Amino acid sequence: MIAGTISKITGPVAVAAGMTGAKMYDIVRVGHEGLMGEIIRLEGGSATLQVYEDTSGLKVGDPVESTEGPLLVELGPGLLSSIYDGVQRPLPIVAEQGGDFIERGTVASALDREREWEFTPTVEVGQYVTGGDIVGTVPEGKTIVHKVMVSPALKGTVASVVPAGSYNVDTVLVTLDDGTEIKMSQWWPVRQGRPYVRKLDPTHPFTTGMRILDTFFPIALGGNAIIPGGFGTGKTVTQQSLAKWADVDIIIYVGCGERGNEMTEVLVEFPELEDPRSGAPLMDRTVLVANTSNMPVAAREASIYVGATLAEFYRDMGYSVAMMADSTSRWGEALREVSGRLEEMPGEEGYPAYLATRLAAFYERSGRVRPLGSDDRVGSVTMVGAVSPAGGDMSEPMTQNSLRVSGAFWALDTSLAHRRHFPAISWTKSYTLFLGQVRGWFEENVAGDWYEMRGKAMGILQKETELQEIVQLVGPDALPESEKIILEIARMLREDFLQQFAFDDIDAYCPPEKQYLMLKAILAFHDAATSALNRGVSLRQVLELPHKERISTMKTTPHEEAIDTIPVLAKEIAEDIAGIEVY
Amino acid sequence: MTPETMTPTTKTEEQPARLSLVSTDYRTISYVTGPLVFVENVHDVSYNEMVAIRMPDGARRSGQVLEVSGDTAVIQVFEGTQGIDVDATEVRFLEEVARISVSLDLLGRVLNGTGDPIDGGAPIIPEARLDITGSPINPYMREKPADFIETGISAIDGLNTLVRGQKLPIFSGSGLPANELAAQIIRQSRVKSGEEFAVVFGAMGLTHREAAYFISQFESTGALERVVFFLNLADDPTVERLLTPRCALTVAEYLAFEKDLQVLVVLSDMTNYCEALREVSTAREEVPGRRGYPGYMYTDLASIYERAGRIKNRKGSVTQLPILSMPDDDITHPIPDLTGYITEGQIVLSRQLHRRAVFPPIDVLPCLSRLMNLGIGEGKTRDDHRAVANQLYAAYAQGRDLRKLVAIVGEEALSDTDRSYLRFADEFEKRIVGQGDEGRTIEETLSIGWELMAGLPKAELKRVREFVDTYHPSASTDAEDAI
Repeated sequence: MIAGTISKITGPVAVAAGMTGAKMYDIVRVGHEGLMGEIIRLEGGSATLQVYEDTSGLKVGDPVESTEGPLLVELGPGLLSSIYDGVQRPLPIVAEQGGDFIERGTVASALDREREWEFTPTVEVGQYVTGGDIVGTVPEGKTIVHKVMVSPALKGTVASVVPAGSYNVDTVLVTLDDGTEIKMSQWWPVRQGRPYVRKLDPTHPFTTGMRILDTFFPIALGGNAIIPGGFGTGKTVTQQSLAKWADVDIIIYVGCGERGNEMTEVLVEFPELEDPRSGAPLMDRTVLVANTSNMPVAAREASIYVGATLAEFYRDMGYSVAMMADSTSRWGEALREVSGRLEEMPGEEGYPAYLATRLAAFYERSGRVRPLGSDDRVGSVTMVGAVSPAGGDMSEPMTQNSLRVSGAFWALDTSLAHRRHFPAISWTKSYTLFLGQVRGWFEENVAGDWYEMRGKAMGILQKETELQEIVQLVGPDALPESEKIILEIARMLREDFLQQFAFDDIDAYCPPEKQYLMLKAILAFHDAATSALNRGVSLRQVLELPHKERISTMKTTPHEEAIDTIPVLAKEIAEDIAGIEVY
Repeated sequence: MTPETMTPTTKTEEQPARLSLVSTDYRTISYVTGPLVFVENVHDVSYNEMVAIRMPDGARRSGQVLEVSGDTAVIQVFEGTQGIDVDATEVRFLEEVARISVSLDLLGRVLNGTGDPIDGGAPIIPEARLDITGSPINPYMREKPADFIETGISAIDGLNTLVRGQKLPIFSGSGLPANELAAQIIRQSRVKSGEEFAVVFGAMGLTHREAAYFISQFESTGALERVVFFLNLADDPTVERLLTPRCALTVAEYLAFEKDLQVLVVLSDMTNYCEALREVSTAREEVPGRRGYPGYMYTDLASIYERAGRIKNRKGSVTQLPILSMPDDDITHPIPDLTGYITEGQIVLSRQLHRRAVFPPIDVLPCLSRLMNLGIGEGKTRDDHRAVANQLYAAYAQGRDLRKLVAIVGEEALSDTDRSYLRFADEFEKRIVGQGDEGRTIEETLSIGWELMAGLPKAELKRVREFVDTYHPSASTDAEDAI
């Protein structure tokens, strides 16, 4: 056993002497209360530790004991619908043990050891299995079938297997010929990505039901995106909407250094919300990792790795998983804080020089993969990271470094938020690198001219931005009618298409087909109006038609009804505008 | 300094009862810089432990351990280091973290920044002594904030509603009347259900004039008996300010979660707190983050602001209203910036409105209350509240945009509708925002809102369409005409 004593304490960082033999990133127990910590630097026999709990009251000379293993998470049935802190302690159990406030030194098992699960074996004695192979299934909640997998490093011939029945996570279900035991529970080090056979090209879109994202800036399953924005621009609301509506099997939501009340909102809301696909509560397919801003900073650093590992575990079962990290900036700040305590040479704005490397390593854990195992399942982890740039200034290191590794940039704009245009995602600054990969899916499944329509709408909005500059100088009356109609259409696009009310029952989620039809109706108005103006019709005549009103009610029309009524509306728009007489 | 000068003696005189019988005095100060003292050859010292310092002239000071390294302890001295020497000054470690005595009797009392009474009244008989750092509330045990707090300020109640358990800062600037606004809020605030209400006021670096203003305000309105007043004045030791908000919040949590009161905590001015944090950080020669503020300022501020909220199965609540001055009115300065990322919205004061003698000068456009939707609507305020807020907001934003346009093209170039928006923006600032000293109920605020909206063409009232028949001023006259 490696045991030393504390020689220095400063904030969340402590130094322990006499730790010869300890390894980097091994977990230690610090002080008489056994606070959890991690080795982050070794110098001869002394180890620098980051402590995951409040260090008040620690003394020089207090014992430090190494567990001689890295930070592990426990994986198995029962993860879904749980809420964990940054080092995978279930908060309800922490509350049971320590009361309403989080006390130090709590030890709590991540999975319920007593609970029994209905296990159905899928292997037989004599069968050869390797890492990733499925030895049986367990229904986890109503909708998700949990697959009990062979841990990646193991292989062998099945020597015994239990019959179908109820077992807890510690029961040995399968033994291999070399005596290796396979249980429902397995452990994995969080800082190491789980292995897979190969990465696949992401071609299936990650549909979110948010019009600006699906139509203008789609990403693929297995892709990643960042949402940067100053405070009050709606990062959290956007993340929560994605968690609610994204078309994936599993959601891992990491509240990293954010508000306690927000986590409560998720906790109260998700069990009540219905999964639009299965009708089961949304919480049944969600894991929450909550490390609020006042919880220990080192655990905040660990929390996103815990989240990523949980995501990879379900990916390996063949599910599509979305991981939301809100906010990665708080994680970056935790790195900065610990780096400062280590007296490392600071990089830009005090962030450590290895910030970019760590970020890249984190985002690269997303992807669509062919997991280990002998069947052909495919799983994906899609990551969406919120970024909170200091002062709303996107040139700061966190945003810039994240941009370099992420596949899409959904920029939240303070001025849009001030105008209460929500989601306040800027259509001029945002971009996606997945367009080429998902275009095919949209053209096949939504409409052949999807790409063309999207381009046309974006062109109109771009043109509006240019025209607005002129309007600012000379007023709208100085524009010719052909340009005024651009402003009108752009306004429709902004108000009736891009604006989406996350708290409205119908508007909160918009299926891709409806999105396309809505866009098509607005563009039909544009085409008809432009040709009418060319005939000599005045703009006033066009705008007097009642169709404008009807366009504005498209978003709150129930989806099934909208699929029928919007094409009719588009047709009427074209006909009625064409029918205006010139005088 | 040699080990011989270390004098482990057991003191018998002036020993406060709460100390353990054996404590050790050290005369081994080796280095003094800014607010920090380095003591050598210490044993058994804990991180964050409190320290008593005895000056050569017998005066006492207090401090806290910031770092222990081998046998050296770094101590921050709350009252400043003037007069401390390396020979005669004695340091005693008190073997406990910073604590404050709490009791229901604190209501109506004035205390200094570390929680000792300074109003000349009787000493506090503690019901408990609590660690001022507090512990984070388990997110699982939090209760969602839900109840409306009526502040009597239209711009807040109507458009950026404060909800019980929320933390909503006021972003002010030097010379702007944030304190007057805070005093007015304290005076007028009431929770609708009429439960017991208390205010904990943490003053950090306020001037004597400002402090006197608050005390006289509370006295004249009889509110003082519901207030616990922590007073760290501008000429009080800077480092003491690091304790003041924590003391205030510890008392607030005690009153809320043990004594079932609805507690409003006002912290003024958080900018002074952050300056103190920077001062200590600089003295420790830490790597600075933005503008010299320490890299851990976000975490530190969060450990204050996050101490607001409600807890399942407990009746009380802690609502925070911190006030901060934006240096040079810059909302991107690290102090307002980090605050905005932690708190649930913000109330922003505007110098332009203040110059036009609008009081309270709240610029509603950058304001936000993230929890507003939880506290309004039917049964809480009124069914049309959300819609009215949206409509007022949108119309005012449009009016403000048009003002810019008018500056260039002149008012004549505008359409009638646009002109009605311009008038609306002026009226809005005058009547909704500029309410002056009066307190308003939410119904009054909403009906003024409807009066202003009546000045706009009905077709423009898209966001309140479903309520026009019920609340639009013309609706009631129509109804009367019908009779």
